[in-house]
Amino acid sequence: MKPTNIKDPEYFHKVVDCQYACPAHTPVPEYIRLIAAERYTDAYMVNWESNVFPGILGRTCDRPCEPACRRVRVEEEPVAICRLKRVAADNKGDISDRLPVIPKKKNGKRIALIGAGPASLTVARGLAPLGYEIDVYDNQFAGGGMMRSQIPAFRLPEKVLNEEVNYILDMGINATFNVEVDSLKEILNKNYDAVFVGTGAPRGKGLNLPGLEDAMDNVSLGIEWLSSVAFEHTDSIGKRVLVLGGGNTAMDCCRTSRRLGGEDVRVVVRSPYEDMKASPWEKEDAQHEGIPIYNNHVPKDFVVEDGRLKGMRFEKVEARYDEEGKRSLVPTGEDLVFMEADDVLMAIGQENTFPWIERDLGIEFDKWDMPVVNESTFQSTNEKVFFGGDAAFGPENVITAVAHGHQAAVSIDLFCRGDDVNDRPSPRVSQGSQKMGVHEWSYDNDIAMDQRYKVPLAPLEKTLTDRKMEVELGFDQSTGFKEAERCLNCDVQTVFDEVRCIECDACVDICPTDCISFTSNGAEEDLRGRLSAPAGNLAQDLYVSADLPTMRVMVKDENVCLHCGLCAERCPTTAWDMKKFLYSVSKADQQL
Amino acid sequence: MSYQLPKFRHPELPVNDLGYTKAEYEGAISTLCAGCGHDSISGAIVRACHELSIEPHKIAKLSGIGCSSKTPTYFLGNSHGFNSVHGRMPSVVTGAALANRDLLYMGISGDGDTASIGMGQFAHVARRNLNMVYIIMNNGCYGLTKGQDSATADRGSASKKGDPNIYSSIDLCGTALQMGATFIGRSFSGDKEQLVPLIKAAMSHRGFALIDVISPCVTFNNNLASTKSYEFVREHSEATGTIDFVPMHKEITTEYEPGSSHEVTLHDGSSIHLYKVDDSFDPFNRGSAMGALEEHRNAGNILTGLIYMNKDSRDLHEVIETSQRPLNELEEVDLCPGNKMLVNINASLR
Repeated sequence: MKPTNIKDPEYFHKVVDCQYACPAHTPVPEYIRLIAAERYTDAYMVNWESNVFPGILGRTCDRPCEPACRRVRVEEEPVAICRLKRVAADNKGDISDRLPVIPKKKNGKRIALIGAGPASLTVARGLAPLGYEIDVYDNQFAGGGMMRSQIPAFRLPEKVLNEEVNYILDMGINATFNVEVDSLKEILNKNYDAVFVGTGAPRGKGLNLPGLEDAMDNVSLGIEWLSSVAFEHTDSIGKRVLVLGGGNTAMDCCRTSRRLGGEDVRVVVRSPYEDMKASPWEKEDAQHEGIPIYNNHVPKDFVVEDGRLKGMRFEKVEARYDEEGKRSLVPTGEDLVFMEADDVLMAIGQENTFPWIERDLGIEFDKWDMPVVNESTFQSTNEKVFFGGDAAFGPENVITAVAHGHQAAVSIDLFCRGDDVNDRPSPRVSQGSQKMGVHEWSYDNDIAMDQRYKVPLAPLEKTLTDRKMEVELGFDQSTGFKEAERCLNCDVQTVFDEVRCIECDACVDICPTDCISFTSNGAEEDLRGRLSAPAGNLAQDLYVSADLPTMRVMVKDENVCLHCGLCAERCPTTAWDMKKFLYSVSKADQQL
Repeated sequence: MSYQLPKFRHPELPVNDLGYTKAEYEGAISTLCAGCGHDSISGAIVRACHELSIEPHKIAKLSGIGCSSKTPTYFLGNSHGFNSVHGRMPSVVTGAALANRDLLYMGISGDGDTASIGMGQFAHVARRNLNMVYIIMNNGCYGLTKGQDSATADRGSASKKGDPNIYSSIDLCGTALQMGATFIGRSFSGDKEQLVPLIKAAMSHRGFALIDVISPCVTFNNNLASTKSYEFVREHSEATGTIDFVPMHKEITTEYEPGSSHEVTLHDGSSIHLYKVDDSFDPFNRGSAMGALEEHRNAGNILTGLIYMNKDSRDLHEVIETSQRPLNELEEVDLCPGNKMLVNINASLR
């Protein structure tokens, strides 16, 4: 193998599994260390700069970082990264003097943002400090988009939402609420320098089953129903509720139903339990509230008697997988299952729809009627129009929308300055040794053996009677500290300097997880077969040095490195050093 | 700040025939200087014992005094241990081995502990062919007392702060050969590919098995003028050949070209395959071994690998015909057969 190019920031970035997995690449270990040091405000700001909504995401994020956490590979459970983010948000002090200063004198460029959800707000956050004049249009009464209409208040209190949305709106953004934009042409005619479309994926999918017409009064689409609850148009539901679908929206629907009068609330899903799209913790939360999940049940029809919905019938299936792992649901041949219902909520997915975008504006649409959007610049085929969030590539999640927003803001700024949007600024990277003295490192390299701590919950009897009462109480400071100590500090990198190495093997001997080998070089597959310990995780890189005097190379399998620093500790010549590697994604306002 | 060994291990560590991973053969974290060769030897011992699937409680590790003699704390944490008096480890092993012949004895010593204060003990334990492995962690200096030259420092070699050594050095392999040791090897702490099979072979040998391991002292004796530095040893070591150790119950799957290798069956049924570099060298002949040591020393090189092995070794227990049952298991009834037997014996002598 060729020597690893550690000058390429992406190499060490990938070693920080959580940060790499995060769409916005939040420097997770950096803020976790700040939490452990009780520097909550600093931890919050590290988050805020990267993901804009730490308090919101600390409660509701899809947490792609957690399955990626290295702790999963050496223990069982990942660090509770998401809930630690909330610890920073809950305990922070006043941040007003840390927010970017908004120039009084504007730069003369005007930007329109359609939709006031996470993607648009992130664009605003990036551009307002640069002096852009920004107009936001939204059909809801306040900003936040789906974070306001879809995420129930028992998961995300309105206070937290308002606070973080207002940090941005207070940057001198001209917000126009309660207005449905029904023509992009009209917006473009207002001579904006650029337009950003962050309108989400607002259309719920439905199932047109026999009996639907007669049952219509008691059948709703999940996301529409959730918004009408959020905006207080709906405050009750029948005693017996069937929720169709296995995603996070279904989980929010069933849990909300329990709070609006639903007593026998059931989730019915076509797929096996394990294949459900909902996050495991959301399924657990629903079950904790006494909501059973019926899997392998395919809805067949609505049963209506005397013009009223009586229930639904389902066909039982079992999942079979072919050789390529492709699933098919095969009926078991058993009798149809009847379930009684007063109300049915369909939460089987949502999709994009752009009836308000005229097709003669130079914005190309593909065969799925989705706009053609560049995946790194977020520019459409009309150079003035940018897309982001669910509106760009279909339904994802808040953190992905934020990541899109950052990049779209960079593009819009480049575009408005007349630069090439493809010529993107590099990420900001810094690296520094953590050695303080003998046996002394500036990070806590003692590996905690603690298992993941559970977040305490408010009592069920209280939360089920108050739709707005937050279920999770969050970690207190001392539990937050203990959970923070579980972090392995993967951003403190093991950096090897072959010129200094005397090949004494001290690092090989001390490494608790046998990551390091000195051996003759070879092709990757061959090398992986003859290292100190099995190196079968191909998703994790091998760090290979240049040739050493004995014509061997140092090979380190990054897979289960604990970043304990013992290799550097036992190295007599400081050929190994532990260097903190801070990587921040390029953002529009980084030039400030 | 922390200087502790994390408890996590690689989740897919291979297990041996006993179901143990390497971790079950490890000890406490080393307090020796960073980069000390001794730690690599500890690592090699851990690997050899794990790969041979020896039950940890069937091993006793004994040592004298010095940096080398601290190391038994850092390996085989589940085995018996005895940290004895300076240079007196051989006596303690002799006592232990006579009392319980069923344990595997691993003596750890240094160049000071063996070649100076313990020279007499060393000579006699070799002469008696006590069934043990005797590992010398040989760095040519007294690391615990700031690096003075030891008796194995080569003439002309200088440590970090010292003048070139004016005395002749003791070659411990040559000495052991003279004294009647039946297994002699030399290796280098920085070469586990050679050291691990050598330790395995030594553990399977019945009789006194010496391995002299050159182990650089990073703090006091790893400088340009030293002949026991990492660099010097790498440049000047010449192996007698490579050896493969094949445990008893493992089927031999490698094809060996006839004539290119020697196969030697050890007393426990395992075997070693020796690929010799030089055809004229015969490791089963004391004269040849002695000659090879002398020749390499004269050429300024360090001969490593298996240097000598007596295939017909008879250890102390065989020579003095002790009971097969360990002496520490014999009860009063075994040792005192009673008056009737005494009468019979007396009658037979009349």
